[in-house]
Amino acid sequence: MKHPLWPHDNQRGFIEGTVKTDNLKIALPKGRLLAETADLLQTAGWGLNTYHEGTRAYRPKSEMFPGLLAKVFHEKDVPIQVAVGNYDLGICGLDWIQELLVKYPSSALVKLRDLGFGKGTLFMLASQSGGLSTLAAIRASRERVRLASEYPNLAESFALEQRLRQFSVFPLWGAADGYPPESADLALIAGSTGTGAFNHGLVPVSPVLSFSAYLIANKNSWESKDLSALLHSIEDTAGPWLAGKRRQDEGKFAPVTVANERNVTGKRHTSVATESMVWLALPDGHQQKPTIELLKRAGIKMDDYPSATGNRRPTSSLPGVMIKVIRPQDMPLQVANGNFDLALTGRDWLTEHLGQFPSSPVTELLDLKSGRVRIVAVISNDLSAADIDGLKELYAGQDISIRVASEYVNIADKYARDNHLGAYRVIPTWGATEAFLPEDADLLIENTETGQTIARHNLKIIDTLFESTACLIGNKDSVAGATKSQRIKSIIKILRAAVENV
Amino acid sequence: MRAQRCKGTKDLSPEEMKSFRLIEKVFSDSCQRWGYEEVRTPTLEYLHLFTATGTLTPSRLNKVYSFLDWDGWSGERVVLRPDGTIPIARLYIDTMAGKKPAKLFYITNVFSFEETGKETRERWQCGAELIGAGSSVADAELVIVALEVLRKLKLEDIELRLSHSGLIKALLEKLKLSPGEQHRVFDQILDGNAEVLAEAGTRNPELGRILKPLIDLKGKSSGFLRNLRALCQGDLAGLKPAFDNFIDVVDTLEAIGIRFQIDMAAGRGFEYYTGMIFQLFAGGQHIGGGGRYDALIPLMGGRDIPASGFALYLDHLMNQIKPDTLASPPGPAILIKARTRPAGILPEAFRLADRLHKAGYTAEVYLGGQEPANLRWKIELPGKAPQFILTDKVNDKKCELKTVREILALLKG
Repeated sequence: MKHPLWPHDNQRGFIEGTVKTDNLKIALPKGRLLAETADLLQTAGWGLNTYHEGTRAYRPKSEMFPGLLAKVFHEKDVPIQVAVGNYDLGICGLDWIQELLVKYPSSALVKLRDLGFGKGTLFMLASQSGGLSTLAAIRASRERVRLASEYPNLAESFALEQRLRQFSVFPLWGAADGYPPESADLALIAGSTGTGAFNHGLVPVSPVLSFSAYLIANKNSWESKDLSALLHSIEDTAGPWLAGKRRQDEGKFAPVTVANERNVTGKRHTSVATESMVWLALPDGHQQKPTIELLKRAGIKMDDYPSATGNRRPTSSLPGVMIKVIRPQDMPLQVANGNFDLALTGRDWLTEHLGQFPSSPVTELLDLKSGRVRIVAVISNDLSAADIDGLKELYAGQDISIRVASEYVNIADKYARDNHLGAYRVIPTWGATEAFLPEDADLLIENTETGQTIARHNLKIIDTLFESTACLIGNKDSVAGATKSQRIKSIIKILRAAVENV
Repeated sequence: MRAQRCKGTKDLSPEEMKSFRLIEKVFSDSCQRWGYEEVRTPTLEYLHLFTATGTLTPSRLNKVYSFLDWDGWSGERVVLRPDGTIPIARLYIDTMAGKKPAKLFYITNVFSFEETGKETRERWQCGAELIGAGSSVADAELVIVALEVLRKLKLEDIELRLSHSGLIKALLEKLKLSPGEQHRVFDQILDGNAEVLAEAGTRNPELGRILKPLIDLKGKSSGFLRNLRALCQGDLAGLKPAFDNFIDVVDTLEAIGIRFQIDMAAGRGFEYYTGMIFQLFAGGQHIGGGGRYDALIPLMGGRDIPASGFALYLDHLMNQIKPDTLASPPGPAILIKARTRPAGILPEAFRLADRLHKAGYTAEVYLGGQEPANLRWKIELPGKAPQFILTDKVNDKKCELKTVREILALLKG
């Protein structure tokens, strides 16, 4: 669709290009598939200047196809961007394609070709020590079956196919392997083909999907545009490369990190878990560093956090406390459900959770005063608007919706409602949100520490929604016995002292 | 920004609403005369209400509108009601357990995603459920009530097609499929593909002997079923009870003089049915269906109690009926035109309208714009003597009147 506010984006269309690829757009993956995708396109002769690992540029230019707009997305965003028609072609894993198609089967998406690399299998996993470790036991369950996954649509589809009587799906940002058996009964996780071994004493209940990288096209683009120059370069020039990938097939996959004995801890932990045990969630990823410092200041000794082997159950010097390492984004929901009593997350993710579930019992217990970021509204520097009202004026009377892209879907939605953005759409993203402006979104709701990334991408901040720091959260409705309450109080007290003694 | 109707939804015009209300009225009159009471269930229900029984096929559940409510942090999803019967069963377990029989009817919308958006995703049903009666007479009563409604709606070319879920399940068991395969084949039959049963029959020649005539031919009397039952010897003797039950129902219908066709492939969507299934067609269009679902209430955690029911599809019936033949056209209308000044005339116009309504007339106060189409009389209030000027548009007459009583007398005369 032509975007009236970005006429320059369409002007190229009026100049007759010598190469037929002018105005064509392709969405390329970051992360897992980046190295091999870059290798493939290099072999195909595209000459993409900035598409390599460690890149911070989102718009690589092609020497071979100067008119081609290539943009780099989180892999999960690629099929969505292609299906909605923002991109003609895309490369991503079949797992994310199916995650979209299983929920939205009429998506305008054509699977063109299996590219043969980035292979894996999605497994439904259960804990060896949990009650539900076979398909038959799961199907027979009269209790609510809890499924945790980064692939919530595929998890739901599995539950319906298996005719589970009652189930809940916890959509996750990651760390699904840490959930069973206490926080979920099943986890849908990507693993390498041919392996039966998983971390943390998990056993496969059923394979759900075998996947590899795919070349995909938007259906309308495929029907109406000439994509052949791009396809030829991949099919012909890179043909031997692709054939090579097929031959390498078997053998190549190393099994996922098989846990050493010490880490197969599901059984041990559940056997000692009692009513008076306090469950504490600690963050993985880049939130680990400030957390470790805080715990150190509080005099809490940690063992295996962070873990080199991917162990998600470190131990500590705190008596009567069970610790699991999960994503900060997923913590509020887990605390709301009573899977954890305490969690170290960010106020941004607590606010996001309360935006979706206003009556949730999760509450902030302590401001940890670290990891300070601002949650801001961002637009392109090319727009004249200086604030949100100015942006609204630009769109007033236009027959188009304002597209708001954010990792914080519910915060963005509330911001749009509170500011009367009229007809707007919220586009959920999985990181690298800055890349969405200006072509694929009009407004971002983002977090920023210094504002440098935003400035580097030719964007500007037009509003600050709130400040977020790390915080300790808990469940105000939780009913705990005397021992457990005392333990929770003492952890809050230790952490408060550590925060105040900076 | 253009105001847009949501994809896959439909507005009902004043004309369509007339048909809608007519059907509703005929349906609820018939149900009440047969001793059924009306109930209404909420639009939102928990998803697990529809997954818990394990009776709806995955392909149907995949089209359910489900979402997390504002307090849905447990992951418990709610749905826009995708089915009419299951909520009634829930209502029965909730508030009526022990009532026997419970004869209930409802008029409700059901929601199901339809991919193209060309057909409506919100459909209307008139349904009746008979809980607590297990006999073939109860099945026959539901068929009679449904046919009575269709007759009163003056529909033509009505067809009644009968099938039997117990018989289909018994046949599937004989195919000795793996549990997974049996689910798959059954789901396919439920989703409307009866040919898989015939295909499966080719693998078991003994069974094929019954399957072929059963599926390919359409029976017109219980004799058809008796003939097939006679073939159930040896290994197939286990099929007899299902045939017996089917024959029992068909005998009853035959005795009452109802014409039918036995068609094992009679339509889709009989997920929770356990016994007789019936489908209704008018002018070739599928306009309703029902059947016996004895296992549903116990599966939902209620007592072991038999039940059966049917639903008519309002959207389809609306295409079939001719409203003019069903209701007399509305009587002629009266338009009251009053001057806005002096004050006091307009209130008098509304008082006059009220008097006319009480006397049984259709009367409205003129608010500007177009005059009503079925207008016959116009009464003007000039604000001075004479009090009223009445124009008869049909006879092209005009007269001056002083009191409301005079108006009423003139309208009557």
